[in-house]
Amino acid sequence: MDILLWGVLPYLVALTLIAGLAWRYRYDQFGWTTRSSQLYESKMLKIGSPLFHYGLFVVLGGHLLGLLIPKDWTDRVITQETYHAIALTAGTIAGVACLAGIAMLIYRRRTTGAVFLATTKNDKLMYVVLVAALVFGIIATLTGGTYPDGTEHNYRETVSIWFRSLMVFQPNVHAMAESTLQFKVHILIGLALIALIPFSRLVHAFTVPLHYVFRPYVIYRSRDSHTPTPSQARVRGWDPVGTTDKDKGQR
Amino acid sequence: MAKRVMAQVAMVMNLDKCIGCHTCSVTCKQAWTNRAGTEYVWFNNVETRPGQGYPRRYEDQDKWRGGWVRTPSGGLKLRAGGRLQKLLSIFASPVQPGLEDYYEPWTYDYENLTSAPLGDDFPVARPKSLITGENTAITWSANWDDSLGGIEATRNADPILEKLRAESNEKIRTDYEKSFMFFLPRICEHCLNPSCMASCPSGAIYKRSEDGIVLVDQDRCRGWRQCITGCPYKKIYFNHRSGKAEKCTFCYPRIEVGLPTVCAETCVGRLRYLGIILYDPDAVLAAASVPEEELYQAQLDLMLDPNDPEVIALARAGGMADDWIIAAQRSPVYALIKHFKVALPLHPEYRTMPMVWYIPPLSPVVDLLRDQGHDAEAAGNLFGAIDALRIPVEYLAELFTAGDTKVVTEVLQKLAAMRSYMRGVTLGTGRDTALTDAVGMTPEAMEQMFRLLAIAKYDDRYVIPNAHREQAHNLEELACSLDSDGGPGQYESGPFGQPGRPIPVALETYAALKERRAEAEADMAGQSGAGKATP
Repeated sequence: MDILLWGVLPYLVALTLIAGLAWRYRYDQFGWTTRSSQLYESKMLKIGSPLFHYGLFVVLGGHLLGLLIPKDWTDRVITQETYHAIALTAGTIAGVACLAGIAMLIYRRRTTGAVFLATTKNDKLMYVVLVAALVFGIIATLTGGTYPDGTEHNYRETVSIWFRSLMVFQPNVHAMAESTLQFKVHILIGLALIALIPFSRLVHAFTVPLHYVFRPYVIYRSRDSHTPTPSQARVRGWDPVGTTDKDKGQR
Repeated sequence: MAKRVMAQVAMVMNLDKCIGCHTCSVTCKQAWTNRAGTEYVWFNNVETRPGQGYPRRYEDQDKWRGGWVRTPSGGLKLRAGGRLQKLLSIFASPVQPGLEDYYEPWTYDYENLTSAPLGDDFPVARPKSLITGENTAITWSANWDDSLGGIEATRNADPILEKLRAESNEKIRTDYEKSFMFFLPRICEHCLNPSCMASCPSGAIYKRSEDGIVLVDQDRCRGWRQCITGCPYKKIYFNHRSGKAEKCTFCYPRIEVGLPTVCAETCVGRLRYLGIILYDPDAVLAAASVPEEELYQAQLDLMLDPNDPEVIALARAGGMADDWIIAAQRSPVYALIKHFKVALPLHPEYRTMPMVWYIPPLSPVVDLLRDQGHDAEAAGNLFGAIDALRIPVEYLAELFTAGDTKVVTEVLQKLAAMRSYMRGVTLGTGRDTALTDAVGMTPEAMEQMFRLLAIAKYDDRYVIPNAHREQAHNLEELACSLDSDGGPGQYESGPFGQPGRPIPVALETYAALKERRAEAEADMAGQSGAGKATP
């Protein structure tokens, strides 16, 4: 069981992510968008969305630090207690900001008629997994530091070691199996979220337009060479007036 | 760096002829935005001025932050902020019109008219929101204040009137809004220095190097919505269903085969002119950065003389086909803008170098004179009135010359002189050279201008070269394609979708269409026999 969960599943998820992104990039450029609902509602979005996203950046950064940097490296600079205190404070603040942001966004999505109508089943599933990942992440941070018998648990000696072992394709299943239940649950939900990315609107995260900083303002492009133009077939984006935003298929 | 010469398709609209019938808007909507997600979108809209426009008060750049501003050092920057600022605020676009600034699109519950149970009351078709599907109260639309309708309630919201009023220190009586009115049809300006493009984080908006048409690559747009803030004309729209930006395409599939845009083709007043101009893309930025009062001249200077041998040589060196150079020489747009200097850019102060220009309307002045019982076509009356009627002139100047009334007055005087001069010709009272001299034109030029403005035929109004012939086969649907009817590629997607790009344009082959029409017309001409003039 441990081998399946911590030795096989992560690779399956990674494969899904990579293959899914490649598939989506090749076949669904037109569907690759943030699908903003700002046109319908702006006030709550303007607070909730930045709160969530900036919170998420800090959270992701914290994950990378905690998972990638071996404990004995930081031990040379600061004590475990200081590290833990910093990580716990920053992590909790960011996590709570993130959660508050998404709570606001979900409230907005549910109560603003037009936004709710534009919410697909895919979105709903994504929200459930995303919120679960966040909530269990905070739970793991706050309570995952001790085993049920009261002995101390440091995820950087279990989860992080396992995570780094995955990177070099030598999965240290045992290290992960040593971790607490809270972390295990959080990781499983996290894996589900990662697997979901290519197939949900989360995909927009993979086209963060950083190249904007470097490109010229005015872009000249030659007329497209031949592209077949179906004159009869249904073309995406051309659904008749009255088709609702969440109607399937044609995004 | 050697000078380059590129072509730009441009449009001129003669506002004197616009009767505000909205045919252009309707045909455009039927052609391009009659689909889910774009119900509220009008690539072409006709506004009544004075009025708020669509979306409401889009000209208030203090609020909407569109276009460029000149920095103290003479550079240009986006009014909405630099690149980093844009990236940092990407999670919720800070300034963006909401649906309430456009309007909530609606339909009617027509079915109720036939399915309502028998009763004493007439069944009614209630308005239903196309966004929520709920019953809705219609409170606004793209032309709610059409022909000054409801101006009593909305006139204070016209950003230009607001500005003029503030400048004239409240001296302007409120009833003057009734004293003039004209229509302003608007499409995308296909700017030479587009701020939408500069705002796009994904780099999805591009300018076609062959004809300067500005398009959104639907595959590369990720829906960050910065272009909507960036465009000061608010002519980029968010498709709330596909999550992508959309805009006027200048009907590029038609332009490519030499046909005018749908709005131009269907214009009842025949007020639109289409043609190409030549310009040097490397000179655009400098021209867009000059002080405000020099913008009009800078923009004129940007348009190169298509008869200049040096320009022709450079154009050829850049690979421009001869038919394009000839089209540039015949361009009615170039003639109206640069030769006769009667067309003006819309809001040059946004510094985007717009490519849809307007001949300002003389009619508010003429109408007023007539209403007051004067001979509205006598030169003295007209010239005097243009000077005396500061308000319409100032209003027009705010629209077309960043407030410079001198340029607008000159244009109106030319139009007035043409009116009086041609009246003399028509009535046989002679060619009054005092009139042409007064506006610095020769009688020949005056009559040329009259022909172009008053009686130009289809082929004179629309001088559009075909897309390069050597690439022309690209425009056809390939006969052997699998995408033909019944072929395996007919439908958009298999289980894994279809590789390549979905194109939101369902086209017939326009060249074939044009040929068919020409044949049909030739047939009809043959049947009607010799002696009868063809229309």
